[in-house]
Amino acid sequence: MSTPQSARYSLRPTAQLRRRKLVNHAMEALGTLAALAAVAVLGLVVWAVAKRGAGALDKDFFTKLPPTFGETGGGIANSIAGSIVIVLVATAMALPIGVLIAIYLNELAPPRVRRSIGLVLDILNGLPSIVIGIFVFGLLVIGSGQAAWKASFALAIIMLPLVARSTQEVLALVPDVLREGSLALGVSRWRTTLGIVLPTALGGIFTGATLAVARAAGETVPLLFVSSVTTSQLSWDPKLALQSIPLTIFEFLESPNPDDHEKAWAAALVLMTFVLLLSILSKAFLARSRRKLTR
Amino acid sequence: MSAPAATPTRPLRLSTRSLGDRLGDFTLYGLTGGAAFGVVAVVALLVYELFDQAWPAIQRFGFGFVTSHAWDPVKAKFGALDFIWGTVYTSLLAVLLAAPLSIAIALFLSELAPRGVRGLIGALVEMLAAIPSVVIGLWGIFVLGPFLHDHLEPFLSRTLGWTPFFSGGVPATGTGLLTAVIVLTIMIIPITASIARELFLAVPNDLEEGALALGLTRWEMIRGVVLPYTRGGLVAAVILGLGRAVGEAIAVTQVIGGLLGIHVSLFQSGDTLASRIAAQYQGAATNIQVASLVYLALILLLISLLTNFGAQVIVRRFEFQRTGGS
Repeated sequence: MSTPQSARYSLRPTAQLRRRKLVNHAMEALGTLAALAAVAVLGLVVWAVAKRGAGALDKDFFTKLPPTFGETGGGIANSIAGSIVIVLVATAMALPIGVLIAIYLNELAPPRVRRSIGLVLDILNGLPSIVIGIFVFGLLVIGSGQAAWKASFALAIIMLPLVARSTQEVLALVPDVLREGSLALGVSRWRTTLGIVLPTALGGIFTGATLAVARAAGETVPLLFVSSVTTSQLSWDPKLALQSIPLTIFEFLESPNPDDHEKAWAAALVLMTFVLLLSILSKAFLARSRRKLTR
Repeated sequence: MSAPAATPTRPLRLSTRSLGDRLGDFTLYGLTGGAAFGVVAVVALLVYELFDQAWPAIQRFGFGFVTSHAWDPVKAKFGALDFIWGTVYTSLLAVLLAAPLSIAIALFLSELAPRGVRGLIGALVEMLAAIPSVVIGLWGIFVLGPFLHDHLEPFLSRTLGWTPFFSGGVPATGTGLLTAVIVLTIMIIPITASIARELFLAVPNDLEEGALALGLTRWEMIRGVVLPYTRGGLVAAVILGLGRAVGEAIAVTQVIGGLLGIHVSLFQSGDTLASRIAAQYQGAATNIQVASLVYLALILLLISLLTNFGAQVIVRRFEFQRTGGS
């Protein structure tokens, strides 16, 4: 039936083509598996924290102070208050300065300066937080003692490159037409920047801020050095050394008491929920501002 | 009557800008420029402050510190070699594990995944990076460690016990170098993967489509077009992951075991620079111990400056090539 002619020009895949397709499928499967594995690890961590932490989570956990030695029960109200104070003060320091840096780099700086300071920001972003902790300890704590605002200063250094870089990224998306239009109308540089450029980029600035807050809220090492010798009283005063959630987890975890381990999981659940919600929020902000700017 | 005569004496105003605008511009430049150069000053101050704190140890031990094994607070003998080894060994192994996995994940996210899944899985992978390291450490010590101890380590010991990496039998607890390496791997994968994904997405579509149109399979297109095109950036992404692994303190402190010595076997405990500082800086008994710990931090700073700077230089050169030097 089949002539030699049609056999020669057969559309059936040759052995080599089959092998190539096999290799392709194998590689695609590996890629898919790797992605699934990463998602699975996230799922495992979240699941473990949720399962072990949920047991100790009740109203007392959020509103009561830690028990005195030998007692059970109690909560971590002081750590929650401390974390809120430390992160808020840090944001108040890092956000304006980060935005100023981004304005300078994107709007005003000559290219050479922009590149060098950008490099410094990237390097600062890559510095281990433990190095920043030691720096702030030496600069502010030696001689005058620990305080929550000093921990905020350390966190602000960690947040600064994140805020500056993400603000700079959105500023770069603001169309030049807007700037040039404003300048051509005789509006001065500072009014153009404050009145036209910044409002357009506001969404992106919020993205950077939430991302930075999420990062700072989970930082442990600088707090360990700068705001760890605390009382277990509830306080909102940034001039005192305040307890914080990450530090509480770290200390509970080192404790030999299994009741404390359960509390470490519960505190981890609170911290993780907060951080993950913030990172989802920042993604939503980012998507929104990108849509608005690139429309 | 003298009005026309007065005109020539009036200064010629080149600028029509009001005083307020000039003041505003001046303030804008001053504030923003001040903030930007302030950051540079902070970094410089940071380096100075570390040198200052480490000075007693630098004076006493000199460069011999780097090659010395000792860490004995009682005899006031300190050296960094064990911690440098622990840092380099665990970080390199973690990067070795993380690099292929991250690249595979990034390829999946940029080339393979169906459009609907892409954003979701990408967001989930990035979320892994958002989990605080103290939480990862908690999970590492109570969940991952015991799991490794009960299941993976006996298996590794049985099948690969003859290699130096898994020799010496299963350790008594779930802490040790192996747990630290896996925790570090988990922490750097999302960072490397999300940078790699951005790189892959930036590969021009006409190159990819051209390759597919020539009859290449998707894998051949990736190997022949995507990977060579992004090579420089991938190296930088991996180095940035390495920098993260080198500096990680809190999660490693919890799982590595905190023991001195230079071990190749992953079943042993060890310690890294960052982890030793985190564990002892607060409770250090003598000034020379504090100074030695800051000396460790200085070494850590040097390593992380080198890795970061290297990565940034590669990234910039790579961008320069791609944009044709504009």
